[in-house]
Amino acid sequence: MSENLGSLSDQQDQDRKTVLDIDHLKVTFATDGGDVYAVKDVSLEVKAGEVLAIVGESGSGKTVTAKTILGLLPETAVSSGAVLINGTNVISLSPGRLRQIRGRDVAMVFQEPSTALNPVFTVGWQIAEGIRAHAGANGGGRVSAKEAKARAIEALRKVGIPDPEHRVNYYPHQFSGGQKQRVVIAAALALNPGLIVADEPTTALDVTVQAEILELLRDLRDKYGTSIVLITHNMGVVADLADRVVVMYQGDVVEEATSKTLFAEPRQDYTRHLLAAVPHLGRNSASEGLTERRHQDEEVLVAADNLVIEYPGRLGTPAFKAVDGVSFTLSRGEVFGLVGESGSGKTTIGRAIAGLNRTTGGSLKVLGYEMLNLRERTFKPLRKDIGFVFQDPAASFNPQLTIGECIAEPMLIHTRPSEAQARKRVGELLESVQLPASYAGRYPHELSGGQRQRASLARALSLNPRLLIADEPTSALDVSVQAKVLELFRDIQEEFGFGCLFISHDLAVVDILSSWVGVLYKGKLVEQGIGSQVMGNPQHDYTRRLIASLPVPDPAEQAKRREEHRALLGT
Amino acid sequence: MTAETTLKPVANPRASFFRRLPVVSHFNKSVGLQRFMLVVGLVLTGIFLLTALAAPLLAPYGFAQLSDADGNFPTQQAPGGKHLLGTTVGGYDVLSRVIWGTQTALLVIIVAVVLSIFAGVILGLVSGYIGGWLDRILVVVADAIYAFPSLLVAIVMAIVISGGQSSLLGGILAAAISITVVFIPQYFRVIRAETIRLKAEPFVESAKVVGASNIRIMTRHIYRNATRTLPLIFTLNASESILTLAGLGFLGFGIEPSSAAEWGFDLNKALADTTSGIWWTGLFPGLAIVWTVLGLTLVGESINDLNDPRLRGRKRTGRKAAAAAPGTRAGSGPETELSNP
Repeated sequence: MSENLGSLSDQQDQDRKTVLDIDHLKVTFATDGGDVYAVKDVSLEVKAGEVLAIVGESGSGKTVTAKTILGLLPETAVSSGAVLINGTNVISLSPGRLRQIRGRDVAMVFQEPSTALNPVFTVGWQIAEGIRAHAGANGGGRVSAKEAKARAIEALRKVGIPDPEHRVNYYPHQFSGGQKQRVVIAAALALNPGLIVADEPTTALDVTVQAEILELLRDLRDKYGTSIVLITHNMGVVADLADRVVVMYQGDVVEEATSKTLFAEPRQDYTRHLLAAVPHLGRNSASEGLTERRHQDEEVLVAADNLVIEYPGRLGTPAFKAVDGVSFTLSRGEVFGLVGESGSGKTTIGRAIAGLNRTTGGSLKVLGYEMLNLRERTFKPLRKDIGFVFQDPAASFNPQLTIGECIAEPMLIHTRPSEAQARKRVGELLESVQLPASYAGRYPHELSGGQRQRASLARALSLNPRLLIADEPTSALDVSVQAKVLELFRDIQEEFGFGCLFISHDLAVVDILSSWVGVLYKGKLVEQGIGSQVMGNPQHDYTRRLIASLPVPDPAEQAKRREEHRALLGT
Repeated sequence: MTAETTLKPVANPRASFFRRLPVVSHFNKSVGLQRFMLVVGLVLTGIFLLTALAAPLLAPYGFAQLSDADGNFPTQQAPGGKHLLGTTVGGYDVLSRVIWGTQTALLVIIVAVVLSIFAGVILGLVSGYIGGWLDRILVVVADAIYAFPSLLVAIVMAIVISGGQSSLLGGILAAAISITVVFIPQYFRVIRAETIRLKAEPFVESAKVVGASNIRIMTRHIYRNATRTLPLIFTLNASESILTLAGLGFLGFGIEPSSAAEWGFDLNKALADTTSGIWWTGLFPGLAIVWTVLGLTLVGESINDLNDPRLRGRKRTGRKAAAAAPGTRAGSGPETELSNP
């Protein structure tokens, strides 16, 4: 195995070799609405041992470009131009030849590790599948099952899975999310390809796990000289890993520069906007200079005392404690930021406050109403004082109703205004979230994601609620849209003065909005305090690890942070 | 990512009402072989419908007519002369029976499908949304009906409803209701599955958070989103209901020849003719059944394929088109995220 890995010195000899060369690539999709030019004119190249990041917002064509490299486009797509991998043009290849190149010369790491692995086969089998598929074609003769397994074990060891001899027989569900992504990377590495295309490899992962995977990818480049094409929308990840960056916008390359230059002195306006929109921990903090908690003399809207929420287990298994002994209060006019990774129970708390989940222990008082053993009939009158903004703006509107009808819905249920009154109020609300009043007649799919989330905010505000729950309201949005929505959110909160529970996994976003921040970890509230103090001087181990893992969008600063936190992250 | 977003079917609710009608909108987005299949289906179905409506004008004789001014019709006469498609053993004119049969078929389809849609949709919505023991009982009942061969259920229902005797209305109702009983579980299942899926959608949750009552959520939010597959099941079930009706008639549970013309009954009576070389009494009613079922099935299957963006054929984006109009639609569609105000 070690010979065909190639030692570091071998790789350095070929260091200037070009692994991937994309020349004037165009990709067009046939859709119901006519042709869509997803990629208009993209040229780029990747040298051996280099990490090239392609960044851009949704619809910029970055994923389509990546899929073209492996010939994975759907059949409605037509591409022209050239994609050369080690001198072979992928676009004009027959399916048979393409299959030989996949895995051997170029491999792919997908976004969602839990769906990229087949749940009914062991991970060892899945890694060996690639090895055995290529055995005959490469003139190497057949590979025995035993040898394939040995090579799978080797690949698992390379990506840092402990005890690979044993783990090779595990099924995907026996690994955690981060380990699954390691397995996917191991499968990509199995044939030692010169180039790996990683499409948002850390987007589905928590920040602490993301830091580990980024470390692993960096190792691959340093130890084995593997080139990586990294597709991402996260500027922090780019700053952490990339050598060179290509910025894409609406199918075109806007700017190409080394990562240091790009972050220090972006030349194009678009790049400058994009970088300015990225939330940066510690800048623009809502709790700047605060020394004590605000709004404590006002009415307490939510009071949780030793709150427990359990999900019933399946037959024979104990119930799962999603929230375990959490206590906090939320007063009128205050923004309480709730941070945590997936599975920490933050969404469960938000849903319990809105009466969508039942609490099972302790006490949760919402607007003075005890939520334990909630009865819908008695709680309903209070609902008009609670607004809720959902994560996915596309799914939280009924596709059959106009935006105006959706926004008027809470009014129709609680205050029954006349049609003219309702129309007037909808217009006012749309204006307060900076949308033209004429949008009331549009259907949800006719709005962009950011516009829909503004409309969602308008709906939540339509009855002037005292309490607003925002569950990851910006995580489905692009950064530039997110920046605008956050700004709007802050202005509206100051204007209306409602109390707000702001739930997010993104520390930097929470810091922009909330003065008081609580950190959840495995259902427990491990730390709460004034935002700038929690972020600047975390007390709990987990909070420290969380903040250390968050990559900042600045290569020099990130490199420094990485060194500082190496011990803490245990890498 | 672009690929996924652009592949979503976007039914534009602001397009003119006519263009949004199920079959019309499907016709507009079809191309090539799929459009051909849809057109063939539409033509066959259209002729069937027109014949049913214009039966009194088209048919040379009444469906139960045995004689005219020149005396009694001959029995088992070969096609030609006064009787274009010949006569049956009872002396009926085959052409007239085939044409009048379309009316019976159409009535049965309408009554059966309307009854089963109403019952199936309401039961499916309530069962899927409320869940619990009501849901379990209804599912068990639906499964139990599935376990019976549908013709057997239809026969039992025919006996229960009309007691074997058969006037026009009684016969049609008996056939339609027995078909309804067989079809309700199908509508029930489809609507229930959609309701359960939609129940977990954020827009339903957001209605709950707002304080909307259960009835409001079911009627305003779920109903309109759950019934989008109905045109498809409607066409497929319509063809199946004709087959069931023909099967009932063939087995002798249909409508008496004096009350209405019914293809299945005629086929039954033609059974004995085949051995003596009399082909016209069986062939033409049989062809009428094939014609109608084929037409409806083609329409249904085409709608099915056209509803699924992965099965729907598209004009290939030609290099010529791409070169002729570079950038005309650039950045349009779902990519305009940044053009936010």
